[in-house]
Amino acid sequence: MDAARVGVITFPGSLDDRDAARAVRLAGAEPVSLWHAEHDLQGVDAVVLPGGFSYGDYLRAGAIARFAPIMTEVIAAARDGLPVLGICNGFQVLCESHLLPGALLPNAGLHFVCRDQRLRLDNTSTAWTGEYRSGQELVIPIKNADGRYVADADTIDELETSGRIVARYLDVNPNGSQNDIAGITNEAGNVVGLMPHPEHAVESLTGPSADGLGFFTSIVKRLVNA
Amino acid sequence: MRGAAVARVVVDVMLKPEILDPQGQAIARKLPQLGFEGVPAVRQGKRFELELDGPADEAALERARKIAETLLANPVIETFEVHAL
Repeated sequence: MDAARVGVITFPGSLDDRDAARAVRLAGAEPVSLWHAEHDLQGVDAVVLPGGFSYGDYLRAGAIARFAPIMTEVIAAARDGLPVLGICNGFQVLCESHLLPGALLPNAGLHFVCRDQRLRLDNTSTAWTGEYRSGQELVIPIKNADGRYVADADTIDELETSGRIVARYLDVNPNGSQNDIAGITNEAGNVVGLMPHPEHAVESLTGPSADGLGFFTSIVKRLVNA
Repeated sequence: MRGAAVARVVVDVMLKPEILDPQGQAIARKLPQLGFEGVPAVRQGKRFELELDGPADEAALERARKIAETLLANPVIETFEVHAL
């Protein structure tokens, strides 16, 4: 059987596209490089929006990337069920695209935060988290300046009651996110936004753990069983 | 030579009042050290000055509003106001 094909978009200013592609490969799928300026998803089975500072994060983080040519296709396909994972800057782009509710603002402490962060996985029913146990604790790097998740009270309430908070910060809240939110999903569970970087925790040699690999093996397993 | 009409329109973007503005807070905390007492709060926003082809009429303001709600402001977290300069 052919390997699942997972697209990784490169925007001008993306930093973690290569690490994301490597994580996809380690999970057993074929990474497919996608270019922001094209209107072609090349028939991929899922898409990763990587971390970085797309278009310099001018105006607001992710605000200009949201209007990149390829986002027209990503937004339409995501609404039709294509699995999409946005990591850090990718999460910001997904919020700016309104594929996910809320927004990500400058960290409450006003500092760039870079640390190995303990998390708890609270939703294992998304396309990207099926390989984890509910309540599982992970250690994954976080590195952001604009990681403070905010949404209005009704949205937070809706996310909480419907179990759409995918991951929460443990020990410390590094950026002032409401309800310690580190990641959320859309109603259908195909779109996930995550502020920590699982692609930097896929091998013990280069990461604090291999705890992040599960996001990528989850999508591979989901696609194989689809 | 008379140039073509250009409307100058200002778009002011502010975080919604309920959203924490740590930059504004940092500024407010600094002020007493500089001798500016009695400033309990500062909120920091963004100002855009647009030049739009055509006269500075209601249609120009409407175009600026459209630009603001599409790109300049994120309605999830921000509000905006437009006025001619």
